[in-house]
Amino acid sequence: MKELWELYLTFARIGCVTFGGGYAMLPILERELVDKRHWTSMDDLRDYFSIGQCTPGVIALNVSTFIGQKKAGVKGALVAGLGFLTGPLVIITLIAAFLQNFAQYPVVQHAFAGIRVCVCVLIVQAVLRLWKKSVVDGAALAIYLAVFALNAFSPLLPVKIPAAALVILAGCVGMFISLRRSKAAKEGK
Amino acid sequence: MVFLRLFYEFFKTGLFSVGGGLATLPFLYEMSGNTGWFSTADIANMIAVSESTPGPIGINMSTYAGFTTAGVLGGVVASLGLAAPSVIIILIIAKFLEKFRNNRFVEGAFYGLRPASIAMITVAGLNVARVALVNMDTLAAGNYGEFFLWKAILLGTAIFIGQRKLKWSPVIFIAIAAVVGIVFQF
Repeated sequence: MKELWELYLTFARIGCVTFGGGYAMLPILERELVDKRHWTSMDDLRDYFSIGQCTPGVIALNVSTFIGQKKAGVKGALVAGLGFLTGPLVIITLIAAFLQNFAQYPVVQHAFAGIRVCVCVLIVQAVLRLWKKSVVDGAALAIYLAVFALNAFSPLLPVKIPAAALVILAGCVGMFISLRRSKAAKEGK
Repeated sequence: MVFLRLFYEFFKTGLFSVGGGLATLPFLYEMSGNTGWFSTADIANMIAVSESTPGPIGINMSTYAGFTTAGVLGGVVASLGLAAPSVIIILIIAKFLEKFRNNRFVEGAFYGLRPASIAMITVAGLNVARVALVNMDTLAAGNYGEFFLWKAILLGTAIFIGQRKLKWSPVIFIAIAAVVGIVFQF
């Protein structure tokens, strides 16, 4: 019981100090979990991150679940995940309550109009950063363009294609292309 | 039953958004159109809030949408819905960690998933640009001269250059953008 409580508190604290999510939290996790508590090693932590990044859902939460599981099984995973959720839940509930009451003020509206411009830039930066690792060759570029077109022009299509269908389709196409490639490479030998 | 619907919609988002953070955006835009729980401008605002507060954007958005539709409990239910697929999938993978890491089917799927994910993030970026940088209403009115919001485009360019040159945290740029927005009446 004491162990679970410690897990909860540790991840609640981590959830409160990680801005931006994803890789921004790696140094914090390293300090809290590897250096201070010795719950896991740096190598394992990196593996959890790469798996967390390529499995569905929020990366930070995936990593928390992994470590909780390693520490105390299924219970540990649930407790770590809940701990991580606590901070953001409380903070955003407060902000949402604030916005509901103040959103109609011109000052707040002007501020958010300015902020939205900044958000555009942040997204452009994120795309540029991810581009090199994701769009690695011609076939990947073709997937990018196809998904972009289907997603961007979905209101104009006769049948609406849900984003989930695009994700599943892209995964299948990717698997098909790589398996064919490895087969071709084997036959070439 | 609004709580079930909240849980279901965010569970779906959690299940299909691979790559974390911004990968939830296409699903949030879809949800905005299907449910009307929040507007596309709300999503853009929430991205900024998420960049300036702790916690991943997906969790922040689910809390926000849940709270505005069904109060505090709604926020909790929506966030649990988003988190549930992560927890379930990771628990399964943790059992087969080694096999999962070097599976060529998994690797192959990611070859396709990665470009798909950033393609949809690009579209989400365009959706934000549509409310932030241009005025779509002028197109309908036939008033093309005021289509581009020049003040906004100028600010965007400045922030883009600033981010490349200075390695400041996004929070600082968001704060600057808010002040510029107030001073110059965006």
